[in-house]
Amino acid sequence: MQTSISSEPAIVAVPAKAARLGAAGYVGVAILVFWLLIAIAGRLVAPYDPTEFVSDEGFLAPSLQFLLGTDYLGRDLFSRLLVGTQLTLVMALIATMIASSVGTFLGVFAAVAGGWVDMALSRVNDAFLSFPTTILGLVIIAALGSHIPVLVITTGLIYSTSVFRVSRALAMDQAQLDYVVVAKARGEGRWWIIAHEVLPNIFAPLLVDFGMRLTFAILFLSALSFLGLGVQPPLADWGTLVRENMTGLTSGVFTPIFPAMAIASFAIGLNLIVDDLATRSGQHIVGKLI
Amino acid sequence: MKGQALFATLILKRAGAGIFTLWFVSILVFAASAILPGDVAEAVLGQSATPETIAALREKLGLTRPLWEQYGDWLFGFVSGDLGQSLASGADVTQLIMDRLSNTLLLGGLTAAIAVPFALLIGLVAATFPGSAGDRAVTIGSLVLVSVPEYLMATILVMIFAIKLGWFPAVSYTTEFTSFGHLFSVMVLPILALSASITAQMARMTRATVLNILGSTFIEMALLKGVSRWRIIFTHALPNAIGPIANVVALNLAYLLSGVVIVETIFAYPGLAKLLVDAVASRDFPVVQSCALIFCASYTVLMLVADVLAILANPRLRRGGH
Repeated sequence: MQTSISSEPAIVAVPAKAARLGAAGYVGVAILVFWLLIAIAGRLVAPYDPTEFVSDEGFLAPSLQFLLGTDYLGRDLFSRLLVGTQLTLVMALIATMIASSVGTFLGVFAAVAGGWVDMALSRVNDAFLSFPTTILGLVIIAALGSHIPVLVITTGLIYSTSVFRVSRALAMDQAQLDYVVVAKARGEGRWWIIAHEVLPNIFAPLLVDFGMRLTFAILFLSALSFLGLGVQPPLADWGTLVRENMTGLTSGVFTPIFPAMAIASFAIGLNLIVDDLATRSGQHIVGKLI
Repeated sequence: MKGQALFATLILKRAGAGIFTLWFVSILVFAASAILPGDVAEAVLGQSATPETIAALREKLGLTRPLWEQYGDWLFGFVSGDLGQSLASGADVTQLIMDRLSNTLLLGGLTAAIAVPFALLIGLVAATFPGSAGDRAVTIGSLVLVSVPEYLMATILVMIFAIKLGWFPAVSYTTEFTSFGHLFSVMVLPILALSASITAQMARMTRATVLNILGSTFIEMALLKGVSRWRIIFTHALPNAIGPIANVVALNLAYLLSGVVIVETIFAYPGLAKLLVDAVASRDFPVVQSCALIFCASYTVLMLVADVLAILANPRLRRGGH
C-alpha cells in the first residue's frame, strides 16, 4: 500500500511522448536553458575575477561598471554570480546523477526481483524517506563536515530514495506487461530483462524525474549554503552568495536579492514546465513541488 | 463489524510502521556520531588535546563502552527526558531545548493557524469559479509562490516592511513579549515568510481536489436538478474533499519543519531549528542528536496523521484492500 507521500513529489509519471509543451512550458524551458548556458560560459563572460577586490567600497549599487554592484567585500557581484552558477549547477548535476543512477538501479532491481528483495529494499527506503531531507542533511554534515564531496554525495543519496520510489513504481507497471512476461517465459535472465525490456521503456519519465530532482538538488544545496553549512568561502554558490551579503539588507542595500532571484527563477522555470506537462496530460500534480 | 475491524487493523499497522520508523531514525541519528572521524572527545578537546586528556574524557563520557550500550543509554535518556550536556557550553540539553521548543511551537502554531484556513478559503473560491479572473490569479500567483524559496521571500519581506517602510523589525530575536502589538510586530514577518509557500501549495491542492470532485457524475446530477452553486460546493463537494484536503494539510505541516530551519536562521529567531543549525556548525553532537530526533519524530507523526487521514478518506482503503 502506498499512501504516504513524501514532502517532495513521487512524481507523477508524465508520459513524455504524449506531452507537448504550451507557452508557459516554453518559458520554463527558456529559463532553465539560460542558466545552463551561463553555467557553461559564465567564467568566460565574467568581466572580473570573482575573487578580486574591484572596489574599496562594499555594497555598491548596480552601475554600468559593476552590473549588479559589488558584494560585502567590494568584489564584482555579477562575476561572482556567473561563476557561482557553474559551481551550483555542477554540484547539483553530479548529485542528481548519483541520485538517479543509485535510485534507478535499486528501484528497477527491486521491481524485477520482487519477493523479499523488493520487500527489504522498499522498507529500508521508506525509513529513509521518513526523514525530513533538511534534517538528514544537517545530521550528516554535522558528522562529516562541509566538504564539497560530502555535500554532493549526501544530496545524491538523499534524493536517490525518491528516485527509488519512482523507478520502482514505473518498473512495476512494466513488469506486468506482456513483453516482460514473455521474456521471462523465454528464459531471459533478470539483468537482460532490466537492460533490454524495462529500462528503455521507463527512460522518458525518468528523464522528467531527473529534471525535477536537479532542481530539488539546487534548492537543497543552496539552502545548506545559505545556512552556512554548505559551500564555504572563498568559493561561492548561489546560497553562499545570498548568505554572505545578507548583512547588507539591514543597512538598506538589496545585494542579496540577485542571487536569491537566481535560485527562485530556476525553481519557477521548472515548475512552469511540470505544471504545463501535468495539465496537458490531464494529471494533477500530487504532492509538494518544492 | 468485519469492515471496521479491517479498518482498525490498517490504522494499527500504519502506527506500528510509524514506531518502527522512529526507532530506525534514532539508530541513524545515533550512528551519525559514531561515524564522526575521531570521536566526540577529540572534537571537544580540539587542538589542546593530549592522548591522556582524550582518554580521560572518553572514560568520563562513557565512550569506551560498546556502541549498543551507549545507544541504549542515550535512547533511555531521551525517553526519560535526560538529554545530556552540550559539548559547546556544558549546559543541560533538556533545558536548552525546552526553552527553544516553545518558541518554535509558537511560530509553527501561529503559521498553521493563519495559513490553513486562508489557503482552504482561496482554494475553494478559486474552484467555485474556475476560469475566472480570480481563479487565474490564484493559479498563477500560487505557482510563483510555491517556487519561491523561504529566503527569497524573507529577503523581499524584510526589504519592503523592515527597511523601506520600517513597520516591523528585520530580526526577531526576542520572545519576551510586552504586549499583543509587540508580539505581532516581532512575529509577522517570520510567519509571512514561512506561510507563503505552504499556503500556495495547500490552495493549489484544495482547488485541484474540489475541481476533481466537481467533475464527477453525482455533481452533474445535482447541477441538472438545479441545485445552486454554493449548495453544490458546500453540501455535495466539500464533504468528499475533506479527506484528501486534510491529508494535504498534514503533509504541508510536515514541510513546515524544513521551512522553519531557514526562517529561524534569517530572523535570528531563538527556536529549536536555530539551535540545531548552530549546533551543527559547532558540531555539538548531543544537541544535534536531540534536536534532529525531535524534528524527525514530529515529521513522522505528521506523516502518520496524513496517512491515517488518507485511509479514513478513501473507502476502498477503508475496506482494507485495493
